[in-house]
Amino acid sequence: MRITILLFARLRDLAGSPRLERDVPEGATVDTVWQALAAEFPAVAPYRTSISAAVDADYARFTTPVADGSEVAFLPPVSGG
Amino acid sequence: MPTTLLSLTGDPLDMASVVRLVEAGEPAGRFGAVTLFLGIVRGENLARRVVELEYQAYEPLAIKAFEIISGEVAQHWPTVRLALQHRTGLVPIGEASIVIAAASPHRAEAFQACRYVIERVKHIAPIWKREVFQGGEAWVEGATADPTDAAAREAAYGRACG
Repeated sequence: MRITILLFARLRDLAGSPRLERDVPEGATVDTVWQALAAEFPAVAPYRTSISAAVDADYARFTTPVADGSEVAFLPPVSGG
Repeated sequence: MPTTLLSLTGDPLDMASVVRLVEAGEPAGRFGAVTLFLGIVRGENLARRVVELEYQAYEPLAIKAFEIISGEVAQHWPTVRLALQHRTGLVPIGEASIVIAAASPHRAEAFQACRYVIERVKHIAPIWKREVFQGGEAWVEGATADPTDAAAREAAYGRACG
C-alpha cells in the first residue's frame, strides 16, 4: 500500500524533501514507516527517541497502524510560541 | 485577517483584531477582563545576534493542538474564552510570533489561562522555528509533542497558578 510521509524542520532538511510517497507492506505501523525512512536516510535515525508522529493529521503512537493512502507525519521536537 | 478564534497566519498579527474576536458574539459587559500575551522575536538569543526567525507549521495538526489546549482551558477555567493566532513564515525581530487573548468575567482566570496556553503551545503545537543568526542558522528543538503527557499538563498548570 502507498502512503505519504510528511517531514518538518530538521527532518525535512535531512531528507531533502517535505513530502515522500512510499510503499509499505500490509499491516504496517507508524514504526514500520519510520524504519523505512531511517534506512533510506540514516541521518534521521537518531531522532527516533525525540520525535512524535501523526497519522492523517491526528497525534499518533509508533504502534498506530497506517492504511493505504495514509498521511504519516514525523514531528521533531517542537519550538512554537 | 483571521476570523476564527484559533488560527495560523502568514500576516503580521494584530492585537486589536484578536481582542475583538475573543469578545465577539458575547453580550457587552460579560467579560470584565481580557489578558493578552504577545511572543516577540528577540534580537538576541543564546548570546547570538538574531537576524530573523522562520516558523514552519503542520497546519491541520497545529489547529487541532490549539483545540486541545482550548479544551484544557475550558476544564480548568470554564468562564474563559480564548483566541490564539500563531504566525508562520519569516518573522522579523521585534514583531509578534504569537498572540493569545483570554477573556473572562474576572481577571484572575484570564491571567492564569493566558499563561497556561503559552506553556502548552510550546509543549505540543507542531510548529518549529528556524533561527537565522549572524554566522549561521539552526532549527530550534524544544519539547517532544505529546498531548497525552499528564506531567507536562500539570507543569503548565503549576506555572499558570504559581
